[in-house]
This record gives sequence, C-alpha cells and structure tokens, in this order.
Amino acid sequence: MLESRAGVIFVGGIGFFLFAFVSNVVVPVLMYKDQPEKTAEEMVNSNVMYQFVELSKRYEEPFRQAFGEPTEENCAQALRLGRSLFVGEGCFHCHSQFVRPVSNESMRYGKVSSSDEYQNELQRPVLFGTRRVGPDLSRQGGRHGNDWHAAHFYHPQSIVPESVMPQYPWFFDGSPDKPNRRGIAMMTYMQWLGSWLDSYPYYEELDSIKSEGF
Amino acid sequence: MTSSKTVQTDIPRHEDIVDERLVRWFFYASLVYMGISMLGGLLMAAQLVHWYPIQNIEFLSAGRWRMIHTNAVAYGFIANAFLGMLHWVVPRLTLHRVASVWLSYFIFFAWQVIVLSTAGGIIFGPAFQSQDWVMEAARNLHISMNLGAQGLEWGETPFWIDPVALLGLALVAFNFLVPISKAKGSLYVTLWYFMAAFVWTFLTYAMGNFLPEYALAGSSAGAVGGLFIHDLVGLFVTPLGWGLMYYLVPIILKKPIWSHGLSLVGFWGLAFFYPLQGIHHFLYTPIPMFLQYGAVISTIAVEFVVATVVINFFGTIWGDSRMAFKNLPIRWFYTGIVYYFITCFQCALQVTLTFQKLIHFTDWVVGHAHLVMFGVFSQWIFGMMTYLIPRLLKKDWYSNRLCEWHYWCSAVGVFVMFLDLTLAGLFQGYYWAALQPWEVGLNGSQPFWITRIFAGLAMFFGFLCFVYNLVMTMRKGESNATATATA
Ligand code: HEC
Ligand code: HEM
Repeated sequence: MLESRAGVIFVGGIGFFLFAFVSNVVVPVLMYKDQPEKTAEEMVNSNVMYQFVELSKRYEEPFRQAFGEPTEENCAQALRLGRSLFVGEGCFHCHSQFVRPVSNESMRYGKVSSSDEYQNELQRPVLFGTRRVGPDLSRQGGRHGNDWHAAHFYHPQSIVPESVMPQYPWFFDGSPDKPNRRGIAMMTYMQWLGSWLDSYPYYEELDSIKSEGF
Repeated sequence: MTSSKTVQTDIPRHEDIVDERLVRWFFYASLVYMGISMLGGLLMAAQLVHWYPIQNIEFLSAGRWRMIHTNAVAYGFIANAFLGMLHWVVPRLTLHRVASVWLSYFIFFAWQVIVLSTAGGIIFGPAFQSQDWVMEAARNLHISMNLGAQGLEWGETPFWIDPVALLGLALVAFNFLVPISKAKGSLYVTLWYFMAAFVWTFLTYAMGNFLPEYALAGSSAGAVGGLFIHDLVGLFVTPLGWGLMYYLVPIILKKPIWSHGLSLVGFWGLAFFYPLQGIHHFLYTPIPMFLQYGAVISTIAVEFVVATVVINFFGTIWGDSRMAFKNLPIRWFYTGIVYYFITCFQCALQVTLTFQKLIHFTDWVVGHAHLVMFGVFSQWIFGMMTYLIPRLLKKDWYSNRLCEWHYWCSAVGVFVMFLDLTLAGLFQGYYWAALQPWEVGLNGSQPFWITRIFAGLAMFFGFLCFVYNLVMTMRKGESNATATATA
C-alpha cells in the first residue's frame, strides 16, 4: 500500500484529504448550522441607516446620482458594493476584521469578535484577514465621521501624515466633496462595520484608560 | 535516468518521450511572471516607505499590485516552472510520453490565459464593479459579484476564471497520470509525491474557490479559507518541490537517496499531517477553540516529519559535501533545504498560541512567507533551471559568474529580508500590545521597510542577472558539447 499507485492516490491523496476536510470543515459547519446566514438586507440596522441618511444630506447631488433615495434597500446595495471594493482594492490585505481576545486588542478596538457577527452574506468569503498594516476595521462604524473618511480616502496623508495607506482618488469625481458611487458605498461599508453592536468604542475611552496610568 | 544498470535495449530515446521545446516555453513563461511579481512586490514595498509616486492611476494601485505579486508567483512562476519540470521528469521516470503532447500544448496556452486573465481581473475588475447590472446580479443572486479579486488570499482568482482553472488542473492531472499508470515496476519516491500532488491540487482548488464563495459564510468559511491557503502551499507546491528534489539530487550527486525508510516516513507523514493544519492561519478567531488546538498540534507534528526529510537529504550528501560548494545546482538545492528547515522550525514556534499573541498580523508572517516561497521553492526552481537550461539549449551558460551573482544576490537577499521582517514583526507586536497610537508603530516600522526594499532590490538584481545570462546564452552561437549529457 505504502508505495503502490492505489495506496498513494486513494489513501494519501483522497483519503487523508477527506479526513482533514471532515474534521476541519464539516465539524464547524455542523456546529453553526443553527445560525442561519443573514442577507445584506437583514444586516442593515438603524446605526448604519443613520450614517446612510447623513451621507445623502451631506453629498446631496452625488448621492442622488449614485443611489437615489436613502432607503434600506439601497443601503444594502451600497454595502454589497462597498464590500466588493474592499476586496477588490486589496484593503483586506492591510486591514483585518477580527478582534482577538489577547494582546490588549479589546482595549484598542472594542468587543472581542464572536461567530454570530460573521454569519451573513457580507462575510462570504469571511474577511478575517491575515495582516495589519493598518488597524483592524471590524469596529470602524461611527469611529470617524463621513467627511473624515472622504478626506482620508482621497488623501490619507493629509490627515495622518505617517500613513502608508494608498490614495483612492477614483472614489471621487475630482475632489473629496464629490464622492461617486464607489466612494459612497465604501463609506457606508466602513460605517456598517461593528454597527450591529450595542455601543461603539471610542478612541477617547482609550485615552482615558491610558491617562489613568494603565 | 542515470541508473547504471539500464541494459535492456527497449528503453525509448530521450528525444522520443520528452518535448524539450515545451519545457523551454514553460520556463520562459515562468520567468516573465517572476519579473512581474517582483515588480509588484517592489511597488507595494515602495508604498510602505512613502516612495510610491504613482498614486493617481487606478490601475497601478499598490493594493491591487500586492495581489498581482502573490498570484503571479503562485500561478505564474511556480506553476509554470513545475509544469516545465514535470514534462521533463515524468516521461524520463516512467519511460512513457505524456498522455498527449497536443494536450500539453493546449495546457500551456490555456494556463497562460488563466494567469493573464487573473491579472487582468484583479487590475481592471474593480473599475467595473459599480455598474448597474453587476449590482443587480449581486442583489438577486446574493453572491458577491467580484469582477476583480475575491476575498481569499491566493484564491483571488476572479470567479469567472475559477471553473476554467479547475478544468485545466484536471487536464494536467490526466496528462501525467496516464504515463505514470503505464510505468512498470515499483514507483520511485518522486512519483508518489507527484501523484498525490495532482489529486491534492485539484481538490484544494475546488474546495477553496467554491465553498467559501458560494456555500459557507462566517467562521466555517474561515476554516475552509485557512485550509485552502495552507493546502495550496502544502499540497501543491511542497509535494511537487520535494518530488523534484528526490529526483534531481541523486542524479547530480550520482548516488541513491540515503534511506528509503525515511523517504516513506516523510511522504506519509506529510500526507497525513499537512492537510490538518489549515486553521493555524486563524488562531484566536471565533473558529471553535478545540479545532484551533488540533491545528496547532498537527503543525508541530509535521515539523518532526520535516526533520526526517531534511536528515535524509543530509545523509545523502554526506561525504560529498564539497559538491555543495562546487556544483551550483546542488548549492541552490541545499540552500533551499537549509532554509526549509529554518522555516519549519520557525513555524513550530510561531504556531504556538503564546507566539501568536505577539506576532500574528505583523511582518513576522510576511518574513516567513518570503523565506518559504522564495528562499525554498523559488531557489529550488532556479537551481533546476541552472541545471536544465544548458541541456535544453545544448550549450553552456554564457557566463558562470552571472550564475554566481544570481545565487548570491538571491540567497543573501532573501535571508536579509527574512531577518529584517522577523524583527519588524516583533517590534510591531509590542507597539500594538502596548496600545501605542497606530502611527507610532508605522514610524517604528520604517527602518525595517526601507531595509526590505533594498533586500528586494538585491533579489531583483540577481534575477535580472539570470535573465540577461539566459538571453545571452540563447543568442550564443555554436554549442559547446560538454553540456549535452542527456542520455
Ligand atoms: C498599504 C496598506 C493599506 C491599504 C491597501 C489600505 N489601508 Fe487603510 N490604512 C492603512 C494604514 C497604515 C492606516 C493607518 C494610518 C491612517 O489612518 O491612515 C490605515 C487606516 C485606515 C482607516 C482608518 C482607521 C482608523 O480607525 O483610524 C480606514 C477606515 C481605512 N484605512 C480603510 C481602508 C480601506 C477601505 C482600504 C481599501 C480601499 C484601505 N484602507 C486600504 C493601510 C492600508
Ligand atoms: C523583489 C522582491 C520582493 C519584494 C520587494 C517583495 C515585497 C513584498 C511586500 C511589500 C509584500 C506585502 C507585505 C505586507 O502585506 O505587509 C509581500 C508579500 C508577499 N510576497 Fe513578496 N516581495 C518580493 C519577492 C517575492 C517573491 C519572489 C515571492 C515568492 C516566491 C514573494 C512572496 C510573497 C508572499 C507569499 C507574500 C504574502 C505574505 C503574507 O500575506 O503573509 N515575494 N512581498
């Protein structure tokens, strides 16, 4: 068996692969079978809607061209597009989307990530990420205003001089106050991340922790 | 093969079973992609040190080119080079042609189409993402209609290419399994690795490019994703790489592998433990903890297996170690083997939860990735090319000194990059755990990122020496007879 064609192909090739597949994939799938996958529409909540409406007021004309009215349906569409761009632009190679229970991460970012946060259409494939050149984004919603994001995407270094994040002028029609469909979708997506939690963590809290001599 | 007891006369002639032109084509294609990939890496590296001047051109965005960087290496460079080697090795080991030479040429062109459309998709796809019909389809089908990259590392291949690539892999497997099935007598170690690799590559690709995109979300998709990233290196690149080592090292050293028993341990140990480790890429995620422990333990187990393989190869060269200095291909191979041991030793440490706290998400991991992908597999491939190209072109290298330059720039360059990024990772881990503002960590990384760009330039320079040397060898006039020992 150890040196025969059938042994190598069926035991080593297919058999061991299937064993790994069952133990590493089928087991978690069975464990989560009671948490059905939510659609993007179901993931729209009042926090992100607040931001979506805010975007429609702040960038009236660009918003109307891009998404029309700030309805929940259009918000779901913006989230889908935002997520696709997050992947397509390679943001997920510089930004992770999970908070670990170690290394003081819950102090920096907020609540440690849990499985139920990921059972939705916008996490297929899941965007855990493997590298942090920039900070984790899973608690990004509400942390910065939309105008901050617009200026930051247009030219990150104008806000954070040390930033090594690339500029994304193609999210805009010429200037940071004219985001196009891609820009608005990306900002909505940023504001959505973590918006399902009860409370937002803020950097100010972090500062107060530190000033208390932590 | 150079086995000395080939007295039978019905052994087919080399020219009848190996299509050398195809081997050359695969090699040239792989070198083109290596050049592209290195440029992509340099673009991203320049972005990280604020030296990237082209910010306004969408199609040169550093984020997209970072994905070109990794995909061009995996599917362009490594896959093409291995396909070239397989077209040389499999017929010579089995004494049979591939199933169909016509199919081989078809695979050659189909594979270039796949790689180039992957690159095209990654670069141009996002520009079309916001069109109405794409957004409508995404809404109706509830899938992410990513015209560009998909959200899984190494699985970025756009969704409209995945089925074609999978078909290509099936054809490759068929083309080589036919001669292997015809071979008489017991099979050599190399062929075990190859057979398993054909099966694994197909299954891995199918698993990683369809399940997490269409069927699964959340943590279980993460488990598949981890398995995919890991299996692509472990079940496609690693077995083909080791299979080729088992073939080439004994031929060049003119003696058999030291221990057949250890070869068996190495192969079956890899086959069993390697696929079980995927989740170690996502430790401390919401994936169930007992699965994470399982992945950690099997990762540590595989390091013992790796040790047996490495010992086997050192047993083989024992007594002939001067060959590692005199013979350039052997030097490439054994440098790779030493780096392989370092990578795997490092892996046994970094996979523990203690280390993970500190180094996960940092440049430590990137250093690890370069040591294994470049330091081991690319260096092996360069060694194979250094060995084979004189035989394919029927002439000596234009310049042996340029070959030496290639070796030293690559071997030293990648090791500097590895040390530099490992150290950077430790610093970054501590900056973050100490809750420093993000900018502090960025500034602290700058010296390391600047060093990395120079290490990368050294590697790139070595590569350019190689390409120049190759072009000059091709243009060189008459052949020197010394290098034509292909019988
Ligand atoms: C080269 C790696 C890199 C890429 C690619 C990248 N970023 Fe960043 N990002 C950073 C760095 C570094 C920072 C921290 C400095 C700063 O705020 O600009 C950052 C910061 C951010 C922040 C602010 C985080 C905070 O909490 O202050 C957001 C939001 C963000 N990035 C979103 C994105 C999006 C969306 C994309 C893709 C379109 C992206 N980034 C692509 C490196 C990157
Ligand atoms: C010219 C030399 C090179 C330079 C300057 C370079 C630079 C880079 C950079 C900047 C990254 C992104 C790291 C990050 O996200 O922080 C990267 C990632 C990567 N590179 Fe390279 N690279 C080079 C050559 C190579 C080669 C030849 C290979 C493979 C054979 C390779 C394999 C990889 C891999 C696998 C990753 C992904 C790492 C990860 O996600 O953990 N690189 N490289």
